[in-house]
Amino acid sequence: MKVSAREAFMLIVHRELCLSFRRPEQLLQPLVFFLIVTTLFPLGLSLQLSLLRDISPGVLWTAALLSSLLSLDSLFKSDADDGTLEQLSLSGQGLTLIVVAKTCAHWLVTGAALVIASPIVATALGIPVAAFATMMLSLALGTVTLSWLGAIGAGLTIGLRRGNVLLSLIVLPLATPLLIFGAAATERAISGSSAAGALYFLASLCVFTCTLAPLAATAALRITLE
Amino acid sequence: MWTWFYKLASPPYVYGVAAAFAPWLLGVAAIALCYGLVAGLAIAPLDYQQGDAFRMIYVHVPSALLSLTVYTVMAAASAVALIWRIKVGHAVAAASAPIGASFTLAALVTGSLWGRPMWGTYWAWDPRLTSELILLFLYVGVMSLRSAFEDPARGDRAAALLAIVGVVNVPIVHFSVVWWNSLHQGATVVRLGAPRMPGSMLWPLLVMWLGFMFFYGAVLCTRLQGELLNRERQAAWVREAIKS
Repeated sequence: MKVSAREAFMLIVHRELCLSFRRPEQLLQPLVFFLIVTTLFPLGLSLQLSLLRDISPGVLWTAALLSSLLSLDSLFKSDADDGTLEQLSLSGQGLTLIVVAKTCAHWLVTGAALVIASPIVATALGIPVAAFATMMLSLALGTVTLSWLGAIGAGLTIGLRRGNVLLSLIVLPLATPLLIFGAAATERAISGSSAAGALYFLASLCVFTCTLAPLAATAALRITLE
Repeated sequence: MWTWFYKLASPPYVYGVAAAFAPWLLGVAAIALCYGLVAGLAIAPLDYQQGDAFRMIYVHVPSALLSLTVYTVMAAASAVALIWRIKVGHAVAAASAPIGASFTLAALVTGSLWGRPMWGTYWAWDPRLTSELILLFLYVGVMSLRSAFEDPARGDRAAALLAIVGVVNVPIVHFSVVWWNSLHQGATVVRLGAPRMPGSMLWPLLVMWLGFMFFYGAVLCTRLQGELLNRERQAAWVREAIKS
């Protein structure tokens, strides 16, 4: 039975979503980590809300970056370990389609969840409600980009035993423009000025990675799977 | 043209070329560096604002330029190696990475030593400094990814892909001074139109840059020989090359 590309895409996304919802702790771990890191900052620094508001964009974005890095490990690894990924790549559908589907599903359970949870963290950090829309938009664009960069890194480090540290070494340098523009957008929104410039930059990064990263991630998987 | 290209894919041929070129490149580099250092450190006039401290430029700017050049060479060699499956390309990339990382580190260290008297601080979180630091992380990432795989061929290809992906950082470092309003001074030498620098200061800098380029070539040739010998250690030509 031949499955069309569209159906295959939906099937893989559905499978990934099923798998993550059956193990909710895997779904919740990055979110809990996000909450914990952002709570540690105010405790470690001071309880002055004015100081907190100044550093909150940076804290928010660093925590988001780290927590999505935490979840990248599960993107391909378990499927590569039990051979599912090889079977999928032999299924007759292009490997790129599989990579795109898996990364989209990964973003839905980690990135989108992070965006939805961010107002709670933002309130705790003293970010005004007026800045929420910009902050969430910037986080949405940023987490999509990050999922793609992570797919490249995860693809490259699949077969490695101590791949975790290497994965952060690979992904974090590539993700620094995101951190800079994301934090800048949030900061502008807090101070009440227009965040359009930084948002446009984030959007362009997002489009850039959405178009080219699937190819790079596929090539990475081809190298490490064999 | 194509036969020459095919020849470059053969390890023994490249080994011979590298061995023949290395001493000449090193000679030219030594002459250029000697002239550049004497002319730059002793003969060039004082800067009206920075005094003697500006002489740091003669080490700092060539290292920074080379850190980008070497990365570009590494990525180009990686692309050649991945596309045409030429093993020598991986050897060139593997030999270049530590050299490039050293140039990046040299640029960062000389830059911070220069920054202390001029800006009053060793380090500022300024776009150009930060992106140069990221370049260093990229070099480290490429090197550690290559060595992380048990199968060297796989490590080569993974590192090559990462090097190509990381190329996006090169224009960011180069244009960061133009795009962002930064503490770092604007482009003075590599720009469209006449350089904003008098000839007596500029010439030693250009010679130093040439000297650094030739030095890179010489070190690359030497390291490449080692890489090729190590990678081809099962091959017959290596035994002959070592005997002779």
